[in-house]
Amino acid sequence: MRRLGDAIIVFGCLLAMWQVLSCLVGDTALTSPVETMARLGTLMSASSFWGHVAETGHAFALAVLISLLGGIGTGTLLGLNRTSAIVSEPILIALYSLPKVTLYPLVLLCFGLGISAKIAFGAMHGLIPVAIFTMNAIRQIKPVYWRTAHALRLSPRQVALTLALPAVLPEVLSGARLGFSLSLLGVLIGEMFASKRGLGFLIITAMGLGDTATLIAIALLISAFAIAIHWALLVLQRHFSPWH
Amino acid sequence: MTREGRIRLLVVALLITALEALCRFGLIAPTVLIPPTEMMRSLWQILVSGQHNADIISTFRNVLVSSILAISLGFAAGLTIHALPRLRTAIEPVLASYYAVPTFMFYPLFVVVFGVNSGAIIAIAVLLSVVSMITSTLSGLDRIPAVLHKTARVYHMTPPSRAIFIDLPAAAPHLFGGAKLAFAYALIGVIASEFILSGEGVGYAIAYAYNNFDNRVMYGLMLLVIIAAVIANAALDAVDRRLQTRLRP
Repeated sequence: MRRLGDAIIVFGCLLAMWQVLSCLVGDTALTSPVETMARLGTLMSASSFWGHVAETGHAFALAVLISLLGGIGTGTLLGLNRTSAIVSEPILIALYSLPKVTLYPLVLLCFGLGISAKIAFGAMHGLIPVAIFTMNAIRQIKPVYWRTAHALRLSPRQVALTLALPAVLPEVLSGARLGFSLSLLGVLIGEMFASKRGLGFLIITAMGLGDTATLIAIALLISAFAIAIHWALLVLQRHFSPWH
Repeated sequence: MTREGRIRLLVVALLITALEALCRFGLIAPTVLIPPTEMMRSLWQILVSGQHNADIISTFRNVLVSSILAISLGFAAGLTIHALPRLRTAIEPVLASYYAVPTFMFYPLFVVVFGVNSGAIIAIAVLLSVVSMITSTLSGLDRIPAVLHKTARVYHMTPPSRAIFIDLPAAAPHLFGGAKLAFAYALIGVIASEFILSGEGVGYAIAYAYNNFDNRVMYGLMLLVIIAAVIANAALDAVDRRLQTRLRP
């Protein structure tokens, strides 16, 4: 109960800080919370807005799907062999910490302007962390598990479903959590540059017009969505953890 | 060099050679990708002629300023939060879900508030990187072994000398890990903001070259960013690994 109370106080403090800041710098630079919510309401009642949401949602869903399938596939292939895992890990880490935005022109030249470039760019962001986490999860399966499987004469199918999957699932899910948020970032950056549709495009248009109310409203909407997914995956991960 | 290290070098070399061959034999059009050797030549020309020196210096300066700000602010905030347990339990969920939010989309807001200049870029880069320093400071302070605190008491150390001789060295591996992450995020933040909207910097120069179909310069600068990021991250990683070995008993 006290924790819930504290959380409400923190939320209230953040809102109060926002209100005070908006009073200090003026309404044109930072709109107040009430005004922003009102703008979000008007935005959500316009049908054109949902077209942009659908565009971003479509690109994001496909980017996540590619990240998960590609990441888990790559991670599994590399993780099953000790040498390939040791060889590829620093390469994956280097790719992970690279400012991938510089590679966006390459993606645009390969895929052309349009939704496929955004999907590819989102997948580029999300795939690598999923691969790294999957690879490490497979490498860290205790050798005694394999020996047990051998002693019990489990079929490959049984090994995969009853041993490997439960052992790696928590780690893979934390990779997926990272993959989700980075794919979203990739898709949004893709929309902010050389795009005519989607929420990222709306943010850039709002910036050009100096329309901070729309800008903050959309940014908050995306933040709420991202946090909701994050917590849902966290709950799922706790559910599948052996120490749960 | 270890066996794996040699294989890694070979794999990277093979990939680059394959890319070179694909470009040279026309399987990848020069309008899409130029051969790696051409990229290197272009980068060499850019560096020798000095045509993008102002951009490189501006990016370097912004990354440096943002990292230093994020590290010092994050460290100070981490100390404060650590000292106030109730505040900590209250804001822990905020810290935990912080990196789920694509914070970068607030960059346009900073542009509206600060204008198109280094202020907006540094603000978003600090915002991206400061939380990793806060969480690392917290975990560093949490993991100081209790026996060290007892030792300090046995020696009647004053709080300042305890902080300098016990707490700081004991938390150093975690603090450095946080600083490393803060730098990586600052680099990403600065380059991404320059790329989306700014008037100078390497990210801006890449976007400008893209818009002018100047693939040679664009790929030369991309190579520069890749090389710089890989070297910087590898160097920080090496120090990090050295410090991490101290944590193991």
